[in-house]
Amino acid sequence: MEFPEDLKYSKEHEWVLLDGDLATIGITDFAQDQLGDIVFVELPSVGDKVAKDEAFGVVESVKAVSDIYAPLSGTVVEVNDDLPDSPEMLNEDCYSDAWIVKIRLSDQAEIAALMNAAAYEKFTAEEGE
Amino acid sequence: MNRTPLFAQHQQRGARFVDFGGWEMPVQYSGIIAEHTAVRTAAGLFDVSHMGEIELRGPGALAAAQELTANDVGRLADGQAQYSLLLLPSGGIVDDIMVYRLSAERLLLCVNAGNAEKDLAWIRDHAGTAEVVDRSAETALLALQGPRATAILARLAAADVASLARFACAEVEVAGKPVLAARTGYTGEDGWELYAGNADAAPLWDALLDAGAGDGLAPVGLGARDTLRLEAALPLYGNDLDETTTPLEARLGWVVRLDKPSFIGRAALLAQRAAGVTRKLCGFALDERGIARHDHAIVHDGSEVGRVTSGSQSPTLGKAIGLGYVPPHCADVGTELEIDIRGRRVRATVTPLPFYRRIQAGGS
Repeated sequence: MEFPEDLKYSKEHEWVLLDGDLATIGITDFAQDQLGDIVFVELPSVGDKVAKDEAFGVVESVKAVSDIYAPLSGTVVEVNDDLPDSPEMLNEDCYSDAWIVKIRLSDQAEIAALMNAAAYEKFTAEEGE
Repeated sequence: MNRTPLFAQHQQRGARFVDFGGWEMPVQYSGIIAEHTAVRTAAGLFDVSHMGEIELRGPGALAAAQELTANDVGRLADGQAQYSLLLLPSGGIVDDIMVYRLSAERLLLCVNAGNAEKDLAWIRDHAGTAEVVDRSAETALLALQGPRATAILARLAAADVASLARFACAEVEVAGKPVLAARTGYTGEDGWELYAGNADAAPLWDALLDAGAGDGLAPVGLGARDTLRLEAALPLYGNDLDETTTPLEARLGWVVRLDKPSFIGRAALLAQRAAGVTRKLCGFALDERGIARHDHAIVHDGSEVGRVTSGSQSPTLGKAIGLGYVPPHCADVGTELEIDIRGRRVRATVTPLPFYRRIQAGGS
């Protein structure tokens, strides 16, 4: 299981890569492993407002439907258009090519609530068993 | 929670477990799509020991089975099996089962795990003079399925299994263990269901996986079992069938022998056949992205006409498929439907069943 050091993590198993007030968001290695083979992704549209801890998209594996929660609030500025055609990317490359959305943050103070890699790894170890 | 005699084998192979009707069962090992593909292209080994096994014995066994089941047990010779149904007097389905004629005075009924207790009580109440023996607790069941299944089994079997016909069964030694081997399954592929004593289950499991390693044999969990059976349009009790659905609605009319003089549910089904069914199970494929799931609404001409009973992405076809009950006028192949997926209406078309049919090799 990978937990890249340069990312922040949410309790709903999303990762965030911060670049000023731009946040790239995806699902973690733990999340894709728990879901199993991902076969469908529903994404928001550019311009949509997302609110911290609210669902903004859906991933479905063969067996299960799972919401994707916004780890931070903001406005969607870009979505990964490759994902609907190739949802299996989320199993294969969840931390780079399979990013999900980029949002312009509306409240950078929310960042403080996210976990670093070590804290998230510990969190998943507790949740996994 | 109940565990099968193979629980340690599943742990050792890295299975992820799920609660299935009170049983802690493997849902997947390497991944549902890889396991599904293994069964379609090579072979898969399933632990389905949670299923129930009930025997009818004695001089009254055949007569009891004729009354209890909708198919015609009289068409079975020793060593033959048939798919059948236990029905209520209303025609509703108590369970869908396999019936194996071991001899004229010994019939084995394999029933769904979630129904095993209910079925046992129902069978005991309607068995007439037959003796009813519940063998579930002592019996393990392994399913070896896929185009390579027979070749793998033949390597370990003391008798010639390849010559057994589809739906035949025989008592044979497999890897030195006594097994009732039946050429039946729930995947749409050639394959075998192997009934064995609990103590023999683990050595059989290990021997089969070893024997099939070079063929691509993989352990397969309940996740792929569900996608395999759905592609083959084999119904799942509790999803597609229950006590409120009848065989005529569920496209299982072929199982029901109304020409038998008597069986439980016959009168209701004769009446329903005369009046016509008001709903029918149909298969559909989605024409847009999305996955239909159990209980999503089926919409036709803007109105809800039914509910999805089973739905999944089909690994073989690469698109979402499903089953559901709709009024007969909506069940014809080519009918355009919509599925309400979390408030989004996705276009779907009624398609011929099964969704997947194996290409049969000559002779097998």
